[in-house]
Amino acid sequence: MVKKPFEGVKVVQLCWAGVGVYILNYLSHYGATTIRVETATRPDPVRLFAPYAPTNKEGEPVGLERSAFFSITHTAPEYGISLNFKQPEAIDIFKKLVAWADVVGEGFPTGVMDKLGLDYEGLKEVNPEIIMMRTCGYGHTGPMADQPGFGSILTAVTMMDTIVGWPDRAPVPPSTYYTDQLSPMYASLAIMAALDYRRRTGKGQYIDHAQIEAGLNYMTPLILDYQVNSRELALKGNKSDHAAPHGVYPCQGNDRWVAIAVMTDDEWQSFMQVIGSPDWARDSRFATAAGRVENSDELDRMVEAWTINLPPEQVMTRLQEAGVGAGVVADARDLDKDPQLNHYNFYRELDHPYMGKLRYYHPDPVKLSAVETVVQRPVLLGEHTDYICKEILGMSPDEIDRLRQKGVFD
Amino acid sequence: MLSCYRILDLTDEKAFICGRALSDFGAEVIKIEKPGGDPARLKGPFYKDIADPEKNLIWFAFNSNKKGITLDIETARGQEIFKKLVKTADVVLESFAPGYLDSLGLGYEDLSKINPRIIVTSITGFGQEGPYRDYKDPDIVVRALGGLIYTAGYEDRPPLTTSYVHTHCLGAMSGAVGTMIALSHRVHTGKGQHVDAITQQALDIVCSAEIEGPYALFGEIPTRHGRARAAVTLKDGSVFYNPLLWQCKDGYIALNLLLNPASAKNNLSIMQYIKKDGIDIGSFEHWEWETKSWEDMTLEQAEELMDILGKFFMNHTKDELLVLATENRFQLGPCNNAGDVLKYPQLQARGFWKEIEHPELGTSLKYPGGAVVTTQGYCGIRHRAPLIGEHNDEIYQELVMSGDELKVLKEQGVI
Repeated sequence: MVKKPFEGVKVVQLCWAGVGVYILNYLSHYGATTIRVETATRPDPVRLFAPYAPTNKEGEPVGLERSAFFSITHTAPEYGISLNFKQPEAIDIFKKLVAWADVVGEGFPTGVMDKLGLDYEGLKEVNPEIIMMRTCGYGHTGPMADQPGFGSILTAVTMMDTIVGWPDRAPVPPSTYYTDQLSPMYASLAIMAALDYRRRTGKGQYIDHAQIEAGLNYMTPLILDYQVNSRELALKGNKSDHAAPHGVYPCQGNDRWVAIAVMTDDEWQSFMQVIGSPDWARDSRFATAAGRVENSDELDRMVEAWTINLPPEQVMTRLQEAGVGAGVVADARDLDKDPQLNHYNFYRELDHPYMGKLRYYHPDPVKLSAVETVVQRPVLLGEHTDYICKEILGMSPDEIDRLRQKGVFD
Repeated sequence: MLSCYRILDLTDEKAFICGRALSDFGAEVIKIEKPGGDPARLKGPFYKDIADPEKNLIWFAFNSNKKGITLDIETARGQEIFKKLVKTADVVLESFAPGYLDSLGLGYEDLSKINPRIIVTSITGFGQEGPYRDYKDPDIVVRALGGLIYTAGYEDRPPLTTSYVHTHCLGAMSGAVGTMIALSHRVHTGKGQHVDAITQQALDIVCSAEIEGPYALFGEIPTRHGRARAAVTLKDGSVFYNPLLWQCKDGYIALNLLLNPASAKNNLSIMQYIKKDGIDIGSFEHWEWETKSWEDMTLEQAEELMDILGKFFMNHTKDELLVLATENRFQLGPCNNAGDVLKYPQLQARGFWKEIEHPELGTSLKYPGGAVVTTQGYCGIRHRAPLIGEHNDEIYQELVMSGDELKVLKEQGVI
């Protein structure tokens, strides 16, 4: 059997909320053995995020296992242990896991792990070669180190709430708490680079992942433009400085839209043919990209008059077949039935003990030719506490019972 | 950390950031452009708005740290040289239309015959296979099919893409991670592989929890609500969209208003600040924050609260509200623009910004520093992006090519 990329790599995952899971999913999807440490006394807030799968019985509490938000994002194989860090024995068990592990990932604001003696210095005493990745909103030094890292706010401070909008209105958010998904890829890279480096040198390390700093690495062109041209990004609806037609156009149906981008003069020729070479399109003002951009308002009205009578799927297919960029403005239903995403088996159906069969568990957005990703339903809170204590830490059943009585595994 | 790896970078502007991120961690990345320069160099913005291929700001941003050579891989001699380079490399990054490199005899299958350890990472909008394989993938089109446009914008206008073209950065960054997965796999197998990195899927991951969850469970299709993100249910069962983004004195701020007993302390202290400004908080003077939630509020009250908050924010600047938020741990923050982040106190305290010399421009520019800080050395920008063909001599001499040979190749337009 050929080994998986991270086979043999042991990860202890204490990341709660949004970002940590996106960081570590890549390792766990590709063969790492990951133990997720949680406690019901202070559950991961994402376990409480709506929407919830309905319960079977009237009046039954929703509990911690029915958040679709949680299960959509937690699609990697993991083992789960519950440890209540208010109990000193829980800290001892955690340290044993650190001794076992190659990577520890955590996502609390500065102070939480430090107060427990579980900062990098503390972990290094237990395991000198450990790789510790700490993700938080603003980094673990500086005046904002102990601030909570809300994705809602980090999206704003990393400039991502000022990049979508119309010139005559307030900007709108970019659909999601964008930094939650953009910043993690840098931390995944850092962990993988650290593992590679440790394999060659034997040296572990501490990785301080400030989501604001990783997020801003996507924004460099805007920061340079401001410095050298004193220019902030101008909101321009759906227009482009370089191309026209370029926009989102209404189609047949209720709130149905298509995105079209004619990027070159060749594509403009093809576009004209698809729409039936009307007289207006042969206007010399539209012959060059610069002319089309300059007259884009007029052009957009003409394009709309064509799209409005067609379903977006048809506009997309007809233009793409002619080599012009066009795509359905996909809503949740379109995504679910998208032939391309389904070709990649991107919506995997899995059974979940509390939520039943659901068709939305995603792999990572990369496909490797020599290895398959492993997608699994999320681990239940503390699902493998006994297994981990017994098989990985070698504890006796009596000892496990005693600690359970004390509330160590709450 | 990754200085033992050599990466050949054939990407266009969609995916410059992939090699850039790997170079931040120390990999030697050689950007290969067409003789005369990459066409992306001609699309602005430019340094001081001077349209010059050596002054392109997107090139600066995402090709810094790389070496740069020119090579025409569409010529036979160019292909021969590229293959020689592949023998010395660990990874090839590319973002051409699927099948293009195969048509030149430079696809993964061809290259793995020359160097079985080579990893080829292909970054595209839709992937190397499937019904959309040959679809054009401009930013707005991929963003639409990835689900990020439909839920952005105002109810009374078309949905919105981003005014900052960056969508392919998501696919490119997952390509960087995929490259590291393949390098890790090579430790076990001794062999390279083909990595198919797909922007549409990276976007779908971004919107999955919030957009697909309600559909998977209840068949609900989330749509767009202007400045608001989260819907709440009021006393009469109606749905209310409370704004995330608010106008303030000098721009916008984000406020995630949680109205539940757990947030009572925060909300009470916000009310105190509002009163200090002399703003009448009306019926909220008597609101029981410790026990009540949105579900206990009438639409009239919800609108009253929005009115009170709106007045308060208009009294203050982003900087003032940042101080207020930090002191009280409020879920509130400024909608920074470029000017704001450059003076953001936390980033200054951490020494985040790096001054990078541009000797040809006679100046230095501030760039974002490392995306992470580690105890095994700095991982971020180290030097400016390469000029056209800047490292031709260094790289081609390593392939034992003589000065005369290089001269001929230059005359023939190969390099």
